[in-house]
Amino acid sequence: MTRATLAGVGVAFAAAPLGCFVVWRRMAYFGDATAHAAILGVALSLTFQMSVFTGALAVALIMALTVTLLAGRGYAMDTLLGVLAHSALAFGLVAVSFLSGVRIDLMAYLFGDILAVSRSDLVVIWGGAALVVALITWRWSQLLTATMNEELAYASGFDPKREQLILTLSLAVTVAVAIKVVGVLLIAAMLIIPAAAARSLARSPESMALIAAAIGAVSSLAGLRAAYVFDTPAGPSIVCVAAILFACFSLAGWNGQRKT
Amino acid sequence: MTLITAEDLSVRYGANTVLRHVNMSIEAGEIVTIVGPNGSGKTSLLRAIIGAAKLCEGQVTRKPGLKIGYVPQKLHIDPTLPITVERFMRLTHRVPRPACKSALEAAGVPDLLGRQMSQLSGGQFQRVLLARALINAPDILLLDEATQGLDQRGSAAFYKQIETVRRETGCAVLMISHELHVVMSASDRVICLNGHVCCEGSPAVVASAPEYRALFGTGTGGALALYRHEHDHGHDHADHSQEAAE
Repeated sequence: MTRATLAGVGVAFAAAPLGCFVVWRRMAYFGDATAHAAILGVALSLTFQMSVFTGALAVALIMALTVTLLAGRGYAMDTLLGVLAHSALAFGLVAVSFLSGVRIDLMAYLFGDILAVSRSDLVVIWGGAALVVALITWRWSQLLTATMNEELAYASGFDPKREQLILTLSLAVTVAVAIKVVGVLLIAAMLIIPAAAARSLARSPESMALIAAAIGAVSSLAGLRAAYVFDTPAGPSIVCVAAILFACFSLAGWNGQRKT
Repeated sequence: MTLITAEDLSVRYGANTVLRHVNMSIEAGEIVTIVGPNGSGKTSLLRAIIGAAKLCEGQVTRKPGLKIGYVPQKLHIDPTLPITVERFMRLTHRVPRPACKSALEAAGVPDLLGRQMSQLSGGQFQRVLLARALINAPDILLLDEATQGLDQRGSAAFYKQIETVRRETGCAVLMISHELHVVMSASDRVICLNGHVCCEGSPAVVASAPEYRALFGTGTGGALALYRHEHDHGHDHADHSQEAAE
């Protein structure tokens, strides 16, 4: 149980700042696409007897690079993501069906199995989270500038495409480490919901990221507690708590706006 | 002193050549305006100068250590991104609060420091963009149709502000504009662009050049008349020619 809590909080910390950028840049679908691709990674890693993390990370990275390369070459971003995400998911599911002999619990990867997190999983999760947080903190100003205007980034002497790549790679790492915790289907929720919930409370980009991290952590703690008490699945319970927090803060925010 | 020189510059997007063999340069302290019809490569030229567009020929030389202040055409801040004016001012340069304040004053919008960017009006927003560009005392300001979305009075006031900034800080200005008459009266030099440099020179020279007439002659009769009018009777213009002489 302690391990599960630590895993949830670790993912929440990595997902918070990244989720803010996903929301600001309207890349919500990108998280989904990377996550769907990760299923293919799971299938491959089971075939080649690698760790699930390695396989998922590899496919998520390839996906991220492919999207970055193809972006702006004829297809709109959402079309491109739609094609890649669902083909990766389909290929992944087909690949899994070829794996005879091994009984795979696909559900465990779709919805995550946070209660089965091992000590070494925990190391991977916190290692990945620390890497992502460090990367985002280091490039924070540049990422923020590139998010608002590409030319402004060039005029300030850095390449916005490189910043986009940093963001995409961080997203791939986060998806890979989060698979065990919330599963493929709910990773996007961990990215977007805490960030969206933090919006109505924040007055600066930095505070939005910090509040999102806090909301994510609280959701993990409360979600796991609720899962224990009511005997509900852990990953979805975490997301439910985050969604309830989002609803509360948004309502409070609207009320506050009406009064002022 | 020459700040930026473009030599034999060509830019191509796919099979489409948008700029062919463009030569231009900008000196310290002058206001240069690029005019041209839609699709004439104005924005591409500016992008090439800041390094955002790939050159397929030629080169851009900047004075070593040149500080550029860039005012984009449009800055998209998603409504989900909370950011105060003060934080925005510090986006690319870590500067103390008094510097933010004085830059905002120079741009004509003091007292906005604590406001959210999303609450600003169009005119205030553009001036905050200008203030941000001024914050590290640039050698040159680059403006890409910075008055888009402003009404005529708003944009005239904006260009006035730019002249004031130039007078007070001595920085050069290179800008793109659609608003021919306003811009022509505020510039030292005009470059008329249509894939290549059609003509360039002082506003009066360009306005009477046949190449310019061919591009703008019929559609902008009114604007030209207005421009001439300012020459004949305008009191503002007297100030301006003094500045140009300096």
